[in-house]
Amino acid sequence: MSFRVHVRVMPRAGLLDPQGQAVEHALSALGFPEAGEVRVGRAIELDVRAPTPADAEARARQMCDKLLANPVTEDYLIEVEEG
Amino acid sequence: MLKVAVVRFPGSNSDFDALRSAERAGLHASFVWHREADLGGADFVVLPGGFSYGDYLRAGAIARFSPVMQAVQRHAAEGGPVLGICNGFQILCESHLLPGALMRNAGLSFVSKPVDLVVERTDTVFTSAYAAGARIRLPVAHGEGRFAASEETLRMLEAEGRVVLRYVPESKGSPLQPNPNGSAHHIAGICNAAGNVVGIMPHPERAGDPASPDDGAGFFISMAAWQPQASTSKASSR
Repeated sequence: MSFRVHVRVMPRAGLLDPQGQAVEHALSALGFPEAGEVRVGRAIELDVRAPTPADAEARARQMCDKLLANPVTEDYLIEVEEG
Repeated sequence: MLKVAVVRFPGSNSDFDALRSAERAGLHASFVWHREADLGGADFVVLPGGFSYGDYLRAGAIARFSPVMQAVQRHAAEGGPVLGICNGFQILCESHLLPGALMRNAGLSFVSKPVDLVVERTDTVFTSAYAAGARIRLPVAHGEGRFAASEETLRMLEAEGRVVLRYVPESKGSPLQPNPNGSAHHIAGICNAAGNVVGIMPHPERAGDPASPDDGAGFFISMAAWQPQASTSKASSR
């Protein structure tokens, strides 16, 4: 079995996110003053061969801990597509 | 003659500057390609600046897995001196040889200019030629140089005196070039607990004049003065 895994990596809450701030300013300048608290992260999609979705998620978690996210500055969220 | 291995990754760009600076200080320097598994008996390792692997994912994140990094890990574990400059510092943090991380500059833009620094640790093999508290001016050139770490890690670094280089804080009317990137505690460079692994964002190899120990050349003059049989901690007696 192979599962499509979606990983979302975001700068940790509380840490300065200058990219998010810059995008927020740009949105405001473009006429979207209602946008606030903008944060910019990274989305990664991959196929993971595994017997079950839970196994795919467990492997993806290891990938995040080892490479896809920096444990010092980022948090991640994993979603596994069913079937 | 002491030997320096300058590791080249795809995307390194300060490799020649590092090599020349080491040679001018009287060291024997050679390149080691990142695919190689050993360091050729080098006394020192320098991880130079640049954009290894195009900074894909995060600066230094992919270079960490190059074959040569296992040799660098062993060298460091045996007490061998390792200096990471700019991208080299980022690689050392990603490799967990140094704590913390280097994040996007607070001002968001890439900064390339001279900055003023205080040398806080002069008992490492890379900084022994400087007077304690010396103020030096070195160029920086980075987009991701904002040092970040947990409060606990920052407290530990301060308590253990592991800040090697510190930017000067911004001060109105001061002619000094201050912290260019929003680094926590104005940190520009740190070392590991043993003091043999040092990572710095500024580029001493781009400010080298062998006649003066007051600028970047001091890093390489310090290396040339190292006596390998003496432990890192004994270097402070010089």
